[in-house]
Amino acid sequence: MKLITGNDLATGDVVWWTGDDWSRHVEDAKDAGEQAEAIAREQEAARRVNVPYVIEATATAEGPRPAHIKDRIRALGPTVRPDLTLKPADPTAGSWVI
Amino acid sequence: MYKYDEYDQAVVDARVDEFRDQVRRRLAGEITEDQFKPLRLMNGLYLQLHAYMLRVAVPYGTLDSRQMRMLAHIARTYDRGYGHFTTRQNIQYNWIKLEDAPDILAELATVEMHAIQTSGNCIRNISSDQFAGAAADEVADPRPWAELLRQWSTFHPEFSYLPRKFKIAVIAADEDRAAMRLHDIGIQLLRRDGVLGAKIFVGGGMGRTPMIAPEIKDFITADDLMSYLEACLRVYNRYGRRDNIYKARIKILIHELGADEYRRQVEEEFAQVKQLGIDPPAAELERISAMFASPPFDPAADDEVDRSDPDFAVWLDQNVRQHKQRGYAIVNISLKPVGGIPGDASAEQIDVMADLAERFSANELRVTHAQNIVLPHVRIADLKLIWDQLVEARLAEANLDLISDIIACPGLDYCSLANARSIPVAQKIAQRFADPARQRDLGELKLKISGCINACGHHHAGHIGILGVDRKGTENYQLLLGGSGAEDVSLGKITGPGFDEDGVVDAIERVTDTYIAVRQKGERFVDTYRRVGMEPFKEAIYG
Repeated sequence: MKLITGNDLATGDVVWWTGDDWSRHVEDAKDAGEQAEAIAREQEAARRVNVPYVIEATATAEGPRPAHIKDRIRALGPTVRPDLTLKPADPTAGSWVI
Repeated sequence: MYKYDEYDQAVVDARVDEFRDQVRRRLAGEITEDQFKPLRLMNGLYLQLHAYMLRVAVPYGTLDSRQMRMLAHIARTYDRGYGHFTTRQNIQYNWIKLEDAPDILAELATVEMHAIQTSGNCIRNISSDQFAGAAADEVADPRPWAELLRQWSTFHPEFSYLPRKFKIAVIAADEDRAAMRLHDIGIQLLRRDGVLGAKIFVGGGMGRTPMIAPEIKDFITADDLMSYLEACLRVYNRYGRRDNIYKARIKILIHELGADEYRRQVEEEFAQVKQLGIDPPAAELERISAMFASPPFDPAADDEVDRSDPDFAVWLDQNVRQHKQRGYAIVNISLKPVGGIPGDASAEQIDVMADLAERFSANELRVTHAQNIVLPHVRIADLKLIWDQLVEARLAEANLDLISDIIACPGLDYCSLANARSIPVAQKIAQRFADPARQRDLGELKLKISGCINACGHHHAGHIGILGVDRKGTENYQLLLGGSGAEDVSLGKITGPGFDEDGVVDAIERVTDTYIAVRQKGERFVDTYRRVGMEPFKEAIYG
């Protein structure tokens, strides 16, 4: 599957394309399919996201998981600061990142 | 400490106003990211893996308590409660919001700080010896010259769009504590026949093509120094390659031209430049130098210290260095707790260090290229009081220059350029060698880790270096031995095939075991490596 990710323009937060909006949670991301590049360009032009790009990902029962380690780290946060990840209270939340 | 005059302050304030308007236009959609990116980079604002990152300049690594407290305030108010001190003697914040950036810069400007020249193809923040003004072995204080270079290079119209970024270091002692010869220009101040001048090295650097800067000028008098540097830059600006980013640094130009031809062209240019009168009048240099005058030392200061607390005694031996003034000492605060993140400090810790500087160190602090903090002017009689407070703030790790005093770039945990994580590797190594007695037995051992070929973690210059690479989507770590960024400068050599994260830690232990087995009395790790070569270590690693 193809996901679109980028950063929120004003805050810099990592965001994921949900099909009609942007979410900070990769679990909300939807397969953008063949239209991914076109959607990314359109959303960037509308200033809804900064420097979006398309990545490969795998669908799992827990939600999409980016194929490359760099995007998996982006999805959750720095592996060395679990307190700063999106799910700081869940010690197993990052088990799929590395 | 240098204090801004009205021109300095006006320049910085104007830049804040300009950037505020640029951010407003970007948020309003009046300019695109392609248009905005070079503008934000000129103000130290990067877009990294998780958020915007702001790199704040600490000129030649020197700052006062008020500025240090501002760094804590920025961390607490605009970031997530911490900052990361870097190998360029700067500080980075990892979680900045674009909409906050102008306010942050405005707050920094109130304490004479900024983020100018922390990015882009310009002359970057000048680096220097963290013991400047306190070291017993310096021939002069390098900071007035570093400040002069800062003023000369700030918005220099000719050098704002160089072929590539440009880094300058100034030292004034034979012991090189600033990795001087791994800079684009390295300046070593020295005296000949009573005359102050400098030896000039040009064309060093790390990155994907590491090179040690060759000597270009044996001695240039201080009166001609700025003109000579202008000539060095002009030749580079004219002939440095702009068609290939990987060949754009001055080290490539000098490698291709040859040092002799580059020197000839610089001398020719210097003859022209010298007529322009850009060297400062003596009065201006005196004005700047006066601001770096030594604090009023007490000549009767006691140089006895009670070593009865064994932990304190270990810290004294490891982290405290000789000061030029009897009765005083230089304190190194390690930002490398075992299991911690090299170079990171919480807002509370930054405040503690600011308080200690104000109370005990003539209000001064330094940031080191090894990602530690220095209190440069401390009474020996106050060392125990300082240590007690450092212990309380978890800043008393007694590991300066030992194997756990690791330089590590942010790596793939934060950096969009990285291929592999650096910090977890540093943490595992520090934990493996956590026993302080074992570390001290290994002695001086500088371990440096980069998460990609750009070498922000100085892996080429580590006695032991680690380079993280991406091997088919998996983190892999190459091991290098024999580098040094000090006066015995050398570049590390790769041992062989790389390792995974745990494998590289095991490999390092086999390397240190080999060192223990073959070292001779008084040899540091790097001395032993140079005597016996790579083979015994390779045999131990790959068997």
